[in-house]
Amino acid sequence: MITAEQKPIDKIREMIAPYKRILALGCGSCVAECAAGGEKETAMLASTLRMAAKLDGRDILIHEKTVDRQCVKDFILPLDDIIDQYDAVLSLGCGAGVQAVAEIFSAVPIIPALNTEFIGETRDQGYWVENCVGCGDCVLYDFGGICPLTRCAKHLLNGPCGGSRDGKCEVDPEVPCAWQLIIERLSKFNALDRLEKIYQPKDWSMKQGLGPRNIIREDQQR
Amino acid sequence: MRKMSQLKKIFNKGDLAVTAECGPPKGADPEAIFKKAELLRGKADAINVTDNQTAIVRMSSLAACGLLISAGLEPVLQVVVRDRNRIALQSDILGASAMGIKNVLCLSGDHQSFGNQPQAMGVFDLDSIQLIQVVKTMRDEGTIWGGGPLTKSPELFIGAVANPFADPLEFRPVRLAKKIRAGADFIQTQCVYNLDKFEEWMNMARERGLTEQVNILAGVTPLKSSNMAKYMKKRVSGIDIPDELIKRMEETPKNRQRDEGINICLETIQRLKEIQGIRGFHIMAIEWEEAVGEIVERAGLLPRPSFDQD
Repeated sequence: MITAEQKPIDKIREMIAPYKRILALGCGSCVAECAAGGEKETAMLASTLRMAAKLDGRDILIHEKTVDRQCVKDFILPLDDIIDQYDAVLSLGCGAGVQAVAEIFSAVPIIPALNTEFIGETRDQGYWVENCVGCGDCVLYDFGGICPLTRCAKHLLNGPCGGSRDGKCEVDPEVPCAWQLIIERLSKFNALDRLEKIYQPKDWSMKQGLGPRNIIREDQQR
Repeated sequence: MRKMSQLKKIFNKGDLAVTAECGPPKGADPEAIFKKAELLRGKADAINVTDNQTAIVRMSSLAACGLLISAGLEPVLQVVVRDRNRIALQSDILGASAMGIKNVLCLSGDHQSFGNQPQAMGVFDLDSIQLIQVVKTMRDEGTIWGGGPLTKSPELFIGAVANPFADPLEFRPVRLAKKIRAGADFIQTQCVYNLDKFEEWMNMARERGLTEQVNILAGVTPLKSSNMAKYMKKRVSGIDIPDELIKRMEETPKNRQRDEGINICLETIQRLKEIQGIRGFHIMAIEWEEAVGEIVERAGLLPRPSFDQD
């Protein structure tokens, strides 16, 4: 999933200050899972903003709505019926959601309420970890299901570096050394020989070679 | 200008080599380099110039190497992959060779979060092993990475580092082997204090036949004080200082701790000389270049061999 965290409330208030009628737009997918922009968080943020405005003696209207997926056109289009009531949209979607809404409703200012963080997993209640950089050419087979490009602070494909100590990374003693994890896991499957190989420089053109990437699949088009 | 690396000649001849270290200044002052050059002249065969070590901005390694050459010393250009992508790295390698640099040491580099620019983007486009491979390709194939001929190949003796004290220990020789396979001609190790662990690592390297394939220089750093010892043990990644050494420094009166640090360093070199497969010493006297002369002299490593310019 895409993880995100809410921006500081003062920052959000500063960005919405010029507007009087605001649609707080949540997203029911990834950002709901990471408790940043789902229905519940959207309601909480809207109510906090209303209260803050009231205390300031400012008269603003904030409505809430949460769509299932803010990054999918089909889920955004129905907003067409209500969007004209508002002079701004405060989006609690990820960066993709914010931009998808802006693309469709080009006449309405759209304000991001979240900082989008990373592709990660929910490891535990209230605990999310980054484990994919979306490199476009998955290397997880070679490294026993642990991505060194994401989870090693130096993105080493031929690690570990000299800073691995007691299974932890030199950058943060709370963070496990990805290479320690890779070695442990591959040895479980008697596949340590995979690490005798020199892995070649990564082809980053798969990630950023021609600027923003897109996927076009004719079999999926109608 | 020398045609061949002095360091390479010494290994070819079978002598023990000595390298030292020169950290560039945090400023644009060339005198800082020339001063260190004078302290190290005749005491070592080649001088490593660090590349923004601990991720603190300093005069560029390439420029400082140029200054050392103008002073008549042979530098080892340290290159980290933290700050430059493969375009910049290859470009610097060509420039280095054109300037008369004969030795290059390929490292990953301390993570940017440790330095004075923690908000910097860490590049790590290549890792250290890939960089070794790229330099070797440029030198031996005469092409840039991925093909494309060079008008002239860089002539560089290629070095890499090894940390025998990092985890997981059993994997360390595998990585050393990869560095050799990638093209490392020589290896400089992290500074040795824990000799038992170092010997264990050397045994593993020997069992794999690696000491026959590469020239290993054991790293040593004289301790200036008990505080430095404690600081290094606690804060510097990959350093392993046994407690008895720290105790020994602590029990030495403050005004004699530097001497004791040199004594420990000499005892270490003595023991390292007995380890089969050690081809030389890399003396990293951090901001204490004065110590190098005394260490090499008392260790019986002077005079340094000189070769006719050929």
